[in-house]
Amino acid sequence: MNMRSFRENAYNGLWKQNPGLVQLLGLCPILAISTNMVNAVSLGLATILVMAVANLAIASLRNFIPYEIRIPVFILVIASLVTIVDLSFNAWLHELYLVLGIFIPLIVTNCIVLARVEAYAAKNDPISSTIDGVMMGLGLVWVLAVLGGVRELIGGGTLFSGIDMIFPSLSPIQVFGDGYHDFLIAILPPGAFFALGCLIALFNWINMRAAARAARRPKPVTAVSDAEAASAG
Amino acid sequence: MTRYTAARTSIRTASIMVIFTLMFTSMMSLTYRATRPAIEASQFAERMRLMNEILPAGAYNNPLLDDYVELGPTPELGLDRGGRIYRARRDGEPVALIIEVVAPDGYAGRIQLAVAIDPTGRVSGVRATNHAETPGLGDYIDPRKDKERARPWINQFTGVSFQEVGEESWRVRRDGGVFDYRIGATISARAVTMATGRAARFALTHHVALFDAKAGSRLGEVTE
Repeated sequence: MNMRSFRENAYNGLWKQNPGLVQLLGLCPILAISTNMVNAVSLGLATILVMAVANLAIASLRNFIPYEIRIPVFILVIASLVTIVDLSFNAWLHELYLVLGIFIPLIVTNCIVLARVEAYAAKNDPISSTIDGVMMGLGLVWVLAVLGGVRELIGGGTLFSGIDMIFPSLSPIQVFGDGYHDFLIAILPPGAFFALGCLIALFNWINMRAAARAARRPKPVTAVSDAEAASAG
Repeated sequence: MTRYTAARTSIRTASIMVIFTLMFTSMMSLTYRATRPAIEASQFAERMRLMNEILPAGAYNNPLLDDYVELGPTPELGLDRGGRIYRARRDGEPVALIIEVVAPDGYAGRIQLAVAIDPTGRVSGVRATNHAETPGLGDYIDPRKDKERARPWINQFTGVSFQEVGEESWRVRRDGGVFDYRIGATISARAVTMATGRAARFALTHHVALFDAKAGSRLGEVTE
């Protein structure tokens, strides 16, 4: 484990291979939960935890898992770990469970966990696998935060509604004031697709612009750009 | 590299699968056993908190959670598999019934409610205990999600008598009744209102039989 592979994991998770925008895995929970920012980020945090634990477990056991039955074993391991995390949260971190609890079982349905286990943890050492899980989870969190924030803002004119269930001292922000007519389609399921579509378009536009700029610029002799460092891996 | 025959490969992978299954199932069952007492304690606390919200703690002085009757399947209350009715008493006198009722017609499926009603059919409080109504839209039936903090929607039932309002008017305004609803999510409000009305009618009709039954006993058929 060195600095370079850490940066690579981070860049892949947060941007280049972002689970929400590029891999498009786990759409079902992403679309369902992103009706407001607090819910969306809560799901994201629970996902980070499960992905880190699942990647760590599979990477540690990877030499004992025969190739032919790897998928059933992965599913068995992920489902058991999620159950254990769910029960332990419920029993020993009950305050947190009241907030994140309903999201933890949902994570089993998220393909991104199985995808990272299969694509990364089954071939890499436990430490980098755990970091990969955390970074992929963080990548999901920021996409969920943006998506939830946009949908909540357009749909209800607020931000951070429900934050008082996590931090009782804070209250939601009324961005557009009381007279705002809720634009409900943003909160309803179609709004999830529209918002995610726009977000992916924006993401691709930024990437294309960056690529065009990089092509126009004369190649620097000494510095290795991020893109090259990542593609070398 | 060793090459295995089909039979050997099958036996080998099957036994590894069995080992993994045993390993992780026993991990799960150990966690289950270790967490059970703590989870049950917090579920109990959660139920008690909910009951205190719909029925003031000073209004009764019997051990509420032990004083219940079991109901068989009761279509009138939407209970397919039966449920429980808790009985609050003060010095032995009936104070209120806490009735589980299910509204089958929520926007996103069933809405479970706990309704506290006194023997005259006056509602003391209503809470949604389990529902999947659209976040930010229909979930105002849960006061914790209601945007109007000062005057949660569900509190309009508090203190309302089923006898005074009458069965015909126990509806949301849009259906010609007396209860408010929020624009954009009438279905959730209608489902909760109608289910609360059914619970109130049930309490009004059966309160004698319900209060007289032995604690913990099971009422198969509640007769009219």
